[in-house]
Amino acid sequence: MRKLLVTGAIAAASLATAAVAIAAGTTPHPPHKHWHFQGPFGTYDRAAAQRGYQVYQEVCAACHSLSLLAYRNLMELGLTENQVKDLIKDIQVPDLNDDGQPIERPARPSDRFKKPFPNEAAAAAANNGKAPPDLSVIVKARENGPDYIHALLTGYVPFDKLTPEQIKEFAVTKDDNFNTYFPGHKIAMAPPLSDDKVTYADGTKATTDQEASDVVEFLAWASEPHMEDRKRTGVRVVLFLLAMAGLMYAVKRSVWSDKH
Amino acid sequence: MAASTIPTGGHGDPTRRDFLMVATGALGAVGVAATAWPFINNLNPAADTLALSSIEVNIQPIQVGQAITVKWRGKPVFIRHRTPEDIKVAEAVPMSELPDPQTDNARVTDSAKKVRPEWLIMIGICTHLGCVPLGNKPGQDKGPYDGWYCPCHGSAYDTAGRIRKGPAPKNLEIPDYLFTSDTLVRIG
Amino acid sequence: MASSHGTPPVFNNKVIAWIDHRLPVFSYLEKEYNTFPTPRNFNYFWNFGAIATVMLVLMIATGIVLATNYTPHVLMAFDSVERIDRDVPQGWLIRDLHMNGASFFFIAVYIHIFRGMYYGSYKAPRELLWILGVIIFLLMMATAFMGYVLPWGQMSFWGATVITNLFSAIPVVGDAIVTWLWGGFAIDNPTLNRFYALHYLLPFIIVAVVALHVIALHVHGSNNPLGIDPRGPQDTVPFHPYYTMKDGFGVVVFLIVYAGFAFFAPDYMGHPDNYIPANPLVTPEHIVPEWYFLPFYAILRAIPDKLGGVIAMFGAIAVLFVLPWLDTSRVRSATFRPIYKWFMFVLVIDVVVLGFCGANPPAGFWIPLAQVATVYYFFHFLILLPILGKIERPLPLPPSIADAVLKKKAA
Repeated sequence: MRKLLVTGAIAAASLATAAVAIAAGTTPHPPHKHWHFQGPFGTYDRAAAQRGYQVYQEVCAACHSLSLLAYRNLMELGLTENQVKDLIKDIQVPDLNDDGQPIERPARPSDRFKKPFPNEAAAAAANNGKAPPDLSVIVKARENGPDYIHALLTGYVPFDKLTPEQIKEFAVTKDDNFNTYFPGHKIAMAPPLSDDKVTYADGTKATTDQEASDVVEFLAWASEPHMEDRKRTGVRVVLFLLAMAGLMYAVKRSVWSDKH
Repeated sequence: MAASTIPTGGHGDPTRRDFLMVATGALGAVGVAATAWPFINNLNPAADTLALSSIEVNIQPIQVGQAITVKWRGKPVFIRHRTPEDIKVAEAVPMSELPDPQTDNARVTDSAKKVRPEWLIMIGICTHLGCVPLGNKPGQDKGPYDGWYCPCHGSAYDTAGRIRKGPAPKNLEIPDYLFTSDTLVRIG
Repeated sequence: MASSHGTPPVFNNKVIAWIDHRLPVFSYLEKEYNTFPTPRNFNYFWNFGAIATVMLVLMIATGIVLATNYTPHVLMAFDSVERIDRDVPQGWLIRDLHMNGASFFFIAVYIHIFRGMYYGSYKAPRELLWILGVIIFLLMMATAFMGYVLPWGQMSFWGATVITNLFSAIPVVGDAIVTWLWGGFAIDNPTLNRFYALHYLLPFIIVAVVALHVIALHVHGSNNPLGIDPRGPQDTVPFHPYYTMKDGFGVVVFLIVYAGFAFFAPDYMGHPDNYIPANPLVTPEHIVPEWYFLPFYAILRAIPDKLGGVIAMFGAIAVLFVLPWLDTSRVRSATFRPIYKWFMFVLVIDVVVLGFCGANPPAGFWIPLAQVATVYYFFHFLILLPILGKIERPLPLPPSIADAVLKKKAA
């Protein structure tokens, strides 16, 4: 009987693992980094995520939309309503006036993040034929999302640092961007981050690595703003079920005591 | 169902068993109730809907004598920049002439009790059967009291949006609003 | 109450008695779920019927609530699911429960199926009970497949494309059938709409077939780990409280594992590509179905012929329908079948291997491995089972359930 149980458990577990197994290919695995939001009790580092918003807004937003987020969501990152209004005071968003004519009006907290391009075709046209992906759920849309995006943002190798073998194998030219962690290595996006690309208000030193970590923290939050609520609820639910299981087991034993 | 009898006898202590049963049943009931809540709560207005439940309107561009219509919670809201003449006429009406007596002052007070008689902010829905009255746009029929006129059944409202004639029972409804600055009003 | 099976119950509550006299629902509950004589020797594998029922109810409840906020339109489906996650009050919770609930429903049902196979629960007189179960399994697969399309991510779209294209393997009318399934010339809005309609409908059909499954079960009662019929009251216990409490305990333990995934690893069983909105012009590098389809997907790909692969895949399920007649042994439980027992373990391993083959790209050693595993799968059902029943010498069966239980206790 026990053997059967174990076999069943192994079968279920291995099927589940198989489901997420993917071929590694030639691209190296992104190095594992510890994130504040990992683990059953992990939370978002608000300060890092706010810095990450700054990186997104000043660097990424020129090409990448974040269309599933609204400015009001920034309040969940710890900003006050007035701070949010202050952040968006210069942003003009498209709308229609009463006569149905397209106009631009100041953004409101209830507006979704302004897209850099009016539609995907325009985004593709402005970026050599390939639209930069929306970043709203990018962390969930990549295998090992946080590690991968961090590795990608810090994984550029300048042309003159490449080995002749690499240049030959991947047919890299001087105009290509070589990224260690991008499948195929040639990536359309030029290295977006560099040391002191942004100036942090809280005095954090803006190294490339710091900027990449911060923007990943922000994008992880953007991908799943309710993660902390989920984990908190989960702890309560599991504790409740454990208590329930204990009681049910006692009841079951007590009921069966005259039959065993 | 008839109350279930737990077979007695054997080694189980009936008192202990009863206690266990009650405790398990009570905890189970708590669990079911706690589980039911997210299912019910799911149907409440979502955060994006709530974010639109209050709007902020810049009233600076509205000239004296002009009015605009803004959409709020799916309904039209009339914002009229009244002329001194409009205000004087509205204030002079004796209460006895009004089917739904209300002073002009009471109709131009925001939720912080601030009175700004030049701004009249109302939900633009006739209190009779829910049509949108005319008179908010230039050139529209303002009715016999120079306010708003509902074309559906002929209700006429005055320059304070109060019902004066016709089948409508009540004055045009005033939403909650607050002047957040000289030029901004938050509705809702 | 304490009425034994057979005598009509007497209800002290007047309202209940009044209703029952006119509509005997309470007598039914009393007979089928209270005093119902049930073999006393179930092990914990017998919990999975109750667990599967709980999962079905949970899936329908979460599904209906999700449907109130979902928009079945190609331009809005992805965003509406994200809106449920982000803006709808506790929408993330309901969606996590539904998403992971599908996986755990399948886990429960797979264990239930293998339990039935190991203990020979499909044998006379329970053949129809088993066939109804296979129908439920098929309906579940259809429902799960269409549900996975609804979020309209890349895997939704391409999974739907691959699976519907299976039908194009049918000679002559294949392409016409696929066009009909799609309601167009590709997976598009009409397809999404009909999948949504059917995804909402099928669970209720599952409920109906489950009802038949339970009715069939209660005709001859449950099988048991010994596979011998109860011979009298000493072999059985009333269903309540013995098995209601044991099932309750089993359900709660199962829910702990389920909650662990739903709350702490909600995307573990999913695929990252389904968080990329569907794009009909870009195919993901590896299209993989949900884990519960992987063994069948592996069988599909193991056959280097389009029609052959489709036939093999559907055959892998069809063979279950005739399982009661393929197994020629008159002994039900593997406990008393020394050879079959080991082949049963090999079958479980074979299906797991097929699962791995289905998860990996069809290249390198995965191709021959999938082919060997596929051949073994059919060998087990079509050749091994009919022959084994004839040549295997079963162990002596105990005289009665009570006898075996008491002996085990003494030992």
